Amino acid sequence: MTRPRNVIGKPRRRVDGRAKVTGQTKFADDIMLPRMLHCKLLRSTVPHAKIVRINTSKAAAVDGVALVLTGESFPIPYGILPVSHDEHALCPDVVRFVGDPVAAVVARDEATADRAVRLIDVEYETLRTFASPADSLAYPEPRIHDYGDFGNVHKAVALQFGDVDAAIAGADHVFDDTFFFEGNTHLPIEQHATVATKDPDGKLVVYSSTQTPHYLHRALSKALAIPAAHIRVVATPNGGGFGGKSDPFNHEVVVAHAAMRLDRPVKIALTREEVFYCHRGRHPVLMRFRAGVTNDGRVTGLDLQTLLDGGAYGSYGVASTFYTGALQTVTYDIPTYRFRGCRVFTNKPPCGPKRGHGTPQSRFGQEVQLDKIAEKLVIDPADLRLNIVQPPDSLTANFLRVGTIGLADCIKKVVERSGWREKYRKLPLGRGVGLACSSYLSGAGLPINWNDLPHSGVQLKLDRSGGVTVFCGATEIGQGSDDVLVGIVAEVLGIEPFDVRAVTGDTDLTPVDLGSYSSRVTLMMGNAAIQAAERARELIADGVSAKLDIPKSRLVFADRRVFDSEDPDKGTSFREAVCMAEAKFGTIGTTGSYTPPKSPAKFKGGGVGPSPTYSYTACVVEVDVDPETGWVTVPRVWIAHDIGCSLNPVLVRGQVEGGVYMGLGEALMEEQVFRRLPAKLSHALVHKFPSILEYKSPTFLDMPEVFTDLIEHPDPVGPFGAKEVGQGPLLPIMPAVANAVYDAVGVRIDSIPVTPEKILRALEAKAAGKAPRSGPGAFPEIPWPETLHVTPPWAGGDGRADNDPKRPTHRKVDAGIEAKAAGMTKEARS
Amino acid sequence: MKLRLNFSVNGESAEALVDPDKTLLEVLREDLQLTGTKHGCELGECGACAVLLDDQPVLSCLVVSHECEGRSVVTVEGLTVDGRLHPLQECFADLGASQCGYCTPGILIAAKALLDREPNPSRDLIREALSGNLCRCTGYQQILDAVEASIVRLGEGGDQK
Repeated sequence: MTRPRNVIGKPRRRVDGRAKVTGQTKFADDIMLPRMLHCKLLRSTVPHAKIVRINTSKAAAVDGVALVLTGESFPIPYGILPVSHDEHALCPDVVRFVGDPVAAVVARDEATADRAVRLIDVEYETLRTFASPADSLAYPEPRIHDYGDFGNVHKAVALQFGDVDAAIAGADHVFDDTFFFEGNTHLPIEQHATVATKDPDGKLVVYSSTQTPHYLHRALSKALAIPAAHIRVVATPNGGGFGGKSDPFNHEVVVAHAAMRLDRPVKIALTREEVFYCHRGRHPVLMRFRAGVTNDGRVTGLDLQTLLDGGAYGSYGVASTFYTGALQTVTYDIPTYRFRGCRVFTNKPPCGPKRGHGTPQSRFGQEVQLDKIAEKLVIDPADLRLNIVQPPDSLTANFLRVGTIGLADCIKKVVERSGWREKYRKLPLGRGVGLACSSYLSGAGLPINWNDLPHSGVQLKLDRSGGVTVFCGATEIGQGSDDVLVGIVAEVLGIEPFDVRAVTGDTDLTPVDLGSYSSRVTLMMGNAAIQAAERARELIADGVSAKLDIPKSRLVFADRRVFDSEDPDKGTSFREAVCMAEAKFGTIGTTGSYTPPKSPAKFKGGGVGPSPTYSYTACVVEVDVDPETGWVTVPRVWIAHDIGCSLNPVLVRGQVEGGVYMGLGEALMEEQVFRRLPAKLSHALVHKFPSILEYKSPTFLDMPEVFTDLIEHPDPVGPFGAKEVGQGPLLPIMPAVANAVYDAVGVRIDSIPVTPEKILRALEAKAAGKAPRSGPGAFPEIPWPETLHVTPPWAGGDGRADNDPKRPTHRKVDAGIEAKAAGMTKEARS
Repeated sequence: MKLRLNFSVNGESAEALVDPDKTLLEVLREDLQLTGTKHGCELGECGACAVLLDDQPVLSCLVVSHECEGRSVVTVEGLTVDGRLHPLQECFADLGASQCGYCTPGILIAAKALLDREPNPSRDLIREALSGNLCRCTGYQQILDAVEASIVRLGEGGDQK
């Protein structure tokens, strides 16, 4: 029988709320251990050079210095992806960007370490600086890394689903647009910090502000050659992550090594400048979208090329590259599709996963191009999108399985709430509205290290106290994962969240959860928690049923009691119920696991994009643009998010509004950009402004009113029907701003951020009778690899590439049949 | 040479022997173990380290600790009185104003300074007063809602009932 829920869906104070408002949450830098030493890193002052020699003698002689380290101590490389273990804790021979760590000093206090590290003398032999993807494509030598597809190209991929050239050629209109999305960074207010120590048994313990303790665990084991079973990683609550604390970092490996060597705790707390060098943020991406469109606004085919500026290391870059082309098809019906992506190495801090990971850039291009299509075809942009929304329970051309899709509801909601029909193309000059949509994964369908193991594990401990402790490797980065975990267990067991204690993010104590990335935690940890809690409920129900002689099927768990649904007075307290189970079965402990379903995408590259389910978002942004100055203000944003089920609406709203905020920062001001020092200095390529003051981000005064609506149609694969919310709502903001600026002043800003300078330039061009646009020129020629041809599902494809040499039976591609198939209508295909 | 510092912290007298170049932030966190006060830049840019110095909000990363001799400092730990949370803390916790919680102590301090001098501020005045504090998680709206809710709570029953 269905009972009303006590916890799930109700607005609640999060379980860790009290700790956060009293300042009692222990972040990594709040950990102070007896005899603790402090570490400082020496970072490269040149962008690309061989290390000729390092003299550390002066540093070592400073009173209070315990240890000086260089790359010699760290011969084993590591990295987040198995295909790009290209980092060393300290550079052994080559530095690849200004900020790359070269040496470390461990001393009695931070000031001594800081003083000593400056006495280290490094002699460099400079190498050519690669400042842009153009440089990296033009000069294959010297190679920044001795691996990668060719020259300074890290990765180049080409995938095709159906005969996209025929589909575009046969369309009524062809749109060909280039866009640029500048890089930007996470800027968590907490600077990364790590404390490492040797425990009394002699094993390594590392407390760190990491989103991915499991991957840090693996990296430390490899880089330090210590069995993982002898390393404990504790993820302290992160003071903001947004993807910026998802890689194993140099400083973590260095202090772990130092603590083991010195047998004393060692702390490192990065400065803000160093956080800019850690980066792993949004890749700068140049994009070209060629789309074939029918007169009524349907897309016949899309041909997308992306060029990513990866910075100096691999990081998540191979995945980032595929992500720039993965999710175009899950929002709209695109029957034929070609994606070619290229990531190059440059001498800048490495790019990686920032909220939306690789998808916001091409989402921007796609949604602005749709606005242009709507303009040309004289169709309302909302109607154009409503007409092409991907159907539910379908397979996209690139074999992504769409389950529930609330995108149409989201569009209708924001259209209604914003007064879109009365505003679009009807507001006076200088005011405008723009609409855009998006989608995001509810967790990556494949793990980083391919295996058949669960992605999330949960354990429950119950005992005669009536207390419940839940253990999970999930990591609290502010999003509320502890609250989701506790809320789910409390709901299933009919107790209050305060009755449940959560132990999370500790590789010694908790079962593996892969980490707080790809919006995976609510869905994967949540499902594992339901399974563990339901198994505990079964045991308790058996115990109570036997003891009180009530049929098990009639037992209800609610209000901290277990009772007979037909006679609610007949029952017992939850505490007594646990005792009955413990008496019957012995010690009560249960487990739950979650593994995502297998993806039908079997082609190489098909591992990026699959998810158990996708969230959807639509938004309308209103802007005021001053035509004299180009200054943009955003008075209002309406946003609707397809969440499936909102587990704690307070947290969900916070994620939506936080996403809008971060999206507005990216849309209007945030840039991780670089400059050359004057030639009379070193001419080095340096970060333009590695400080919070000059890296502009929105303040209280810049933030508009946000009107949030949640679309709640429970998704069958989500815990209580929940889908993701941490990343999706950021994605439509940037294109919606650009579309609104066009509505306001009639110029296209095809490059992010949308700055006053670009608007003025475009307005000047418009006044001079030139194209009213600011954006990149041509997309460069790239020597793409052989395209993998995958027949789309609607044409009978089996998810493998037709020209995959490992294909069991080589499939003969009949170009004629493909072309015919590409021309089929949507109706015929479904 | 270290210097002796005597001042009041959260209503209690405090004493520390500190290097003369230490900031108030460092003394609070490292010498007094009051780690509730956070740092995000140590350059006066983010607002995370805000504390009250003689009832005025200051960025403790920019205050040389010896300027505090004989003066009174209130940190986030001092907002809780007799085990009861300040209404601002209650409302921040209830209404989602704190996500990762790292900027929260500084924002609570800035909000308390505002409400101490202006018990009934408009939403725009709250925005203005908090505009020196950055938050990367919330998008600020739930913080504004929480400050407004705490104004109602303070008006209804006075302080920390």
